[in-house]
Amino acid sequence: MNQPFFRRHDEMLAERPPPAATVGVLGWMRANLFSGWANTALTLIALYILWLAIPSLVEWAFIDAQLSGTDRFACTGEGACWAWLDQRFGQFLYGFYPSEETWRINIAFVLLFPALAPWLVENMPGERWLRWFSIIYPFLAAWLLVGDWFGVLEGVTTNNLGGFTLNLTVGLAGIVLSLPAGILLALGRQSRLPLIRWFSIIFIESVRGVPLITLLFVSNIILPIFLPPDFALDAVIRVIVMVTAFASAYMAEVIRGGLQAIPKGQYEAAAAMGLGYWQSMRLIILPQALKISIPGIVNTFIGLFKDTTLVIVIGLFDILGIANAMVSNPDWLGLSSETYVFVALFFFSVCFSMSRYSLHLERKLDTDRR
Amino acid sequence: MSATETVETGAADGPTIQIENLNKWYGSFHVLRDINLDVAQGERIVICGPSGSGKSTLIRCINRLEEHQEGKIIVDGVRLTNDLKQIDAVRREVGMVFQSFNLFPHLTVLENCTLAPIWVRKTPKAEAEATAMEYLERVKIPEQAEKFPGQLSGGQQQRVAIARSLCMRPKIMLFDEPTSALDPEMIKEVLDVMVDLADTGMTMLVVTHEMGFASQVANRVIFMDAGQIVEQNTPDEFFNNPQSERTKLFLSQILSH
Repeated sequence: MNQPFFRRHDEMLAERPPPAATVGVLGWMRANLFSGWANTALTLIALYILWLAIPSLVEWAFIDAQLSGTDRFACTGEGACWAWLDQRFGQFLYGFYPSEETWRINIAFVLLFPALAPWLVENMPGERWLRWFSIIYPFLAAWLLVGDWFGVLEGVTTNNLGGFTLNLTVGLAGIVLSLPAGILLALGRQSRLPLIRWFSIIFIESVRGVPLITLLFVSNIILPIFLPPDFALDAVIRVIVMVTAFASAYMAEVIRGGLQAIPKGQYEAAAAMGLGYWQSMRLIILPQALKISIPGIVNTFIGLFKDTTLVIVIGLFDILGIANAMVSNPDWLGLSSETYVFVALFFFSVCFSMSRYSLHLERKLDTDRR
Repeated sequence: MSATETVETGAADGPTIQIENLNKWYGSFHVLRDINLDVAQGERIVICGPSGSGKSTLIRCINRLEEHQEGKIIVDGVRLTNDLKQIDAVRREVGMVFQSFNLFPHLTVLENCTLAPIWVRKTPKAEAEATAMEYLERVKIPEQAEKFPGQLSGGQQQRVAIARSLCMRPKIMLFDEPTSALDPEMIKEVLDVMVDLADTGMTMLVVTHEMGFASQVANRVIFMDAGQIVEQNTPDEFFNNPQSERTKLFLSQILSH
């Protein structure tokens, strides 16, 4: 059996490609769709369901759909009726914002991209300047949306903010504010100083322990009782504060989970080199803890964004509020499927983008296993 | 011999580390009992003993990773108390190498080495990087500078950890079982670096079971058991002529194979 054996250099085996059935599309299908009888059966069942669902969905949404008309009587009832889009689309986007002023919202929206770019895109050209721009962007956007500073623009009351603009405004403000607030609460909850620790625990537990709707009611009805009568806090600002408070309580717990996953040795190594508390948090602990917490953080962001629809309970009309109003309008009665599908697409596209971006970020930051 | 002389002359100069009547408890467990230890500038001390004898705790007290309840620790002229400024001052001068390396996984090897000099010593970045490359050269892995710790072998990681500590240009280096987590073929590369370091005159306190290293490098070997220093002597005397029964038993156990 075990013959003495050696291979001469010119007899060494050349590299060759793997068998065709294990790579490429075919290999992928074999591995993922048909790897055993149970998997194959599931694949076939799924294909059958898709075959049933997709053609009728396409037929309903596009082929039989009614695209124009002035009210619901234009609709044949065979397919979807998108006639309202033409008339109501602006309201879905801008709420009751004066229609001749909507360019202000458009500009604020377009400027959002350069403001976000330096944080989301790596090695952005002109990153330093864009970061400065990001810092002034919230003020710029607020001015564009409602301001009349120096009489340049006409003031718009925040009650006119609505539709998807309102969802984006509250959602983005909540996201941007709740992350740092959550980080501070998470650190506070682990603090050695009893005052800070107890404040953090009480805040987190009490805010997390009640529904967001309750908080919004509190902000609307109870808070003004305690505030001086002429000190009327703007409704949209109240919503932003409450949504931020609510999300940051969740955020704190998500980040605390990340903090606890960091080995004690990382704290010790940082301390042994003479780094102070804030330095070791900022340079060593938080970068790792936040990376671990990305799925939970984005989960909270997505939840927060969808919760912006709750503003309806205090009389603001976000995109869902506008949809509800339209569905109960006699002109467009009975079009709830189309309306809610449309609203769902808006939320889905934003939330799905966040989810994809977080996956990208996780892969980019994965220095342990590459 | 020469080692004992170093101890005496060192004491005359004023020791770099001075520990007097040190006592420490974990809860009600008395982990360090009346430790007295002076370490002279340039002295190389190996601390050994069975697990749970308090040897790691002892060196972790020196840079205040552990708080002591009784006694006095003076490091490089600074007395360790609850004063955070004093603690930071000591930590700047004392480097530490851990059993589990504790490199920062989200930073490259080079960034690991430049972080503390830049943020603690306020060294300009270019200068910190030059120093880091110099020390990475000395631990023989300059080509790994741009990699992440997770991409290196255990021995390489521990050498990076040593370089990282040296980048702060410490006066004292503490090693807490630096080779215990390593595969046998990697232990030597780390010990070689430590021998090199010893040759430069660095003050070193090493908790280890590498007795070959101890007899080659140490001026003094300290044997601890049950939170006390049971025996200390030159390596020669310690290994060939141990005095206490505990030491003899310990040596017979670790040298038997």
